[in-house]
Amino acid sequence: MDFLTNGHNAYLESFFYTLMLFLVSGVLSLVLGTILVACRVGPVAVLRVAGGWYVTIVRSTPLVVVFALFQFAAPMLGIRFGWVQIHIGTVDFTSFFAVAVVALTLYTSTFVCEALRSGINSVPLGQAEAARAIGLTFGGTMSQVILPQAFRASVPPLASVLIALIKNTSVAYIFGVGEAVAQMRIMTNNYASERVPIFLTFAAGYIVIVFVVSFFANHLEKHWRTA
Amino acid sequence: MTAISSQAPTAAQGEPLVVLDHVEKWYGDLHVLQDINLSIKRGEVVVVIGPSGSGKSTLCRTINRLETIGSGTITLDGQALPQEGKALAGLRAEVGMVFQSFNLFAHKTILENVMLGPVKVRKSSKADAEKRATELLDRVGLAKHAPKYPSQLSGGQQQRVAIARALAMEPKVMLFDEPTSALDPEMIKEVLDVMVDLAKQGMTMVVVTHEMGFARTAADRVVFMADGQIVEEGTPEEFFTHAKSERARDFLGHILKH
Ligand SMILES: Nc1ncnc2c1ncn2[C@@H]1O[C@H](COP(=O)(O)OP(=O)(O)OP(=O)(O)O)[C@@H](O)[C@H]1O
Ligand SMILES: [Mg+2]
Repeated sequence: MDFLTNGHNAYLESFFYTLMLFLVSGVLSLVLGTILVACRVGPVAVLRVAGGWYVTIVRSTPLVVVFALFQFAAPMLGIRFGWVQIHIGTVDFTSFFAVAVVALTLYTSTFVCEALRSGINSVPLGQAEAARAIGLTFGGTMSQVILPQAFRASVPPLASVLIALIKNTSVAYIFGVGEAVAQMRIMTNNYASERVPIFLTFAAGYIVIVFVVSFFANHLEKHWRTA
Repeated sequence: MTAISSQAPTAAQGEPLVVLDHVEKWYGDLHVLQDINLSIKRGEVVVVIGPSGSGKSTLCRTINRLETIGSGTITLDGQALPQEGKALAGLRAEVGMVFQSFNLFAHKTILENVMLGPVKVRKSSKADAEKRATELLDRVGLAKHAPKYPSQLSGGQQQRVAIARALAMEPKVMLFDEPTSALDPEMIKEVLDVMVDLAKQGMTMVVVTHEMGFARTAADRVVFMADGQIVEEGTPEEFFTHAKSERARDFLGHILKH
C-alpha cells in the first residue's frame, strides 16, 4: 500500500477540495433553488415561465456539458474568476474552483427547485388560504407558512439531490480541478499495481461524506416528525 | 368615519359594514353567483343557508377576496375591496375567516398560530402578541394547550383555536364557512358556544351553517341561497316557520327530517 504511506496527505487534501466544492456549491444551490422555486410558484407570470424554462433546459443538459459551456462561454460573456485566490493550508482555491462551483450550482439548483416544489405541492391549499386570510402577503405566506412545511417534506428528496452533488463534484476533474478523482488518476498512474486498493480507498472517501449527509438528513426528518 | 367608529364602536352600530352590490361570478359556464345584493350591518349576525353547490362558500370567500368576482362591487366599511398586493393583504387582516377544515398552521404551536398574524401583519411586539394570544386562548377555553401542535388537538379544539387566531387580528367582521360540519357531533356544541358568545359581544358575523339551533339563538337574519341566487331572507323565526318560497320550504323539509 505504497500509495497510502507516501500519498496520504495528497489523498486527504484532494478530499478536502472535494468537500469544499460540495459545501460551497451545496449552500449556493440551496439558495438559488429557493429563489427559483419562488419564481416558479409565485404570482408573477413572467417569472413563472422563465423559471420553468430555466429548470427544464438546465436539468435536461448533462452536467459535463453545463461545465464545458460555462467554462468556454463565461470568458466570452466577460465573466472571469481570476480574482479568486484563496489558500487554506497547502490547498489552493483558484478560478478553476470558482468555475466548478458556478457550474455545479447552476445545475444542482434546478434539482433543488424541483425537490422544493414537490414539497410545496404537498402542503395543503388550506394552509396558504389561512395565511392569506390573516393578512399575510405572498412573501409572508411563503416564508412563514408554506416554505417551512415544504422544507420538511423536501428533506428526503433534497438529501438525494445533495448526495448526487457530492458525486457530481468529480466531473470537475475533467476540467483540471484537483479534487479527489483527479488525485485518484494521478495515483493509479504512479502505483499501477495497486489500482484496486486505490479505487476502493477513494470510493470509501465518498461513502464517508455521503454517510454524514444522510445522517443529518435522517436526524432532521426525525426531529421534524415530532413537531 | 372610521376614526369615530374606532373611538366609539357602538355609535356606528347598525350602519352597513359589508355591502355586496350586483355581484356576479362565473366558473367557466357555471353562474355561481347571480346578482347578489346583500348589506350586512355592523354588529349583525347573518346566517347563510342553502343546498350543496348553491354558492354559499363562494359568497363567503368573495368577501375577503379569496375568490375574485366577475362584476359588481363589494365594499367593507365604505371601501371597495383592493385588487391585490399589500392593500389586499391589509383588507384581509380586517376580515377574520374560519374554515370548515380549521387550517391551523401545522408546523406551529397553538400559541404561535394565534400570534403569527399580530406579529407579522400588525407588527405587534412578541410580548404583547403573546399576552393577547393567551387571553384569547383562555376565552375559547384552551389556554393550557398553548404549547401543543394542532395535530395533538381534537377537531373541536382546533376549530376554537382557529377562531382565536382570527380574533387576534381584531377583525371588523368574521366569516365562518361551515365551521362545525367537519366535527363529530359531541364537539359541535363547544364551537357553537364560542360563536354564540362572540355574537352576543356584538361581532359582525357571516356564518354558513345548517345548525338551526345556532341560527335561532344568534342570528339576526337568515339568507337562503339556491343555484347561485339569494332566494329569500328574513329573521330566523320567519324563515324557519313561514318560509315564503317553495325552494326554501322544500329545503327545510329535507334538513328537518334528518
Ligand atoms: N374552483 C372552482 N372551479 C369550478 N367550479 C367551482 C369551484 N369552486 C366551486 N365550484 C362550483 O361552484 C358551485 C358553488 O360552490 P360552493 O362551494 O360555493 O357551494 P356551497 O353552497 O358552499 O356548497 P357546499 O354546501 O357543498 O359547501 C358548485 O357547483 C361548485 O362545484
Ligand atoms: Mg361550501
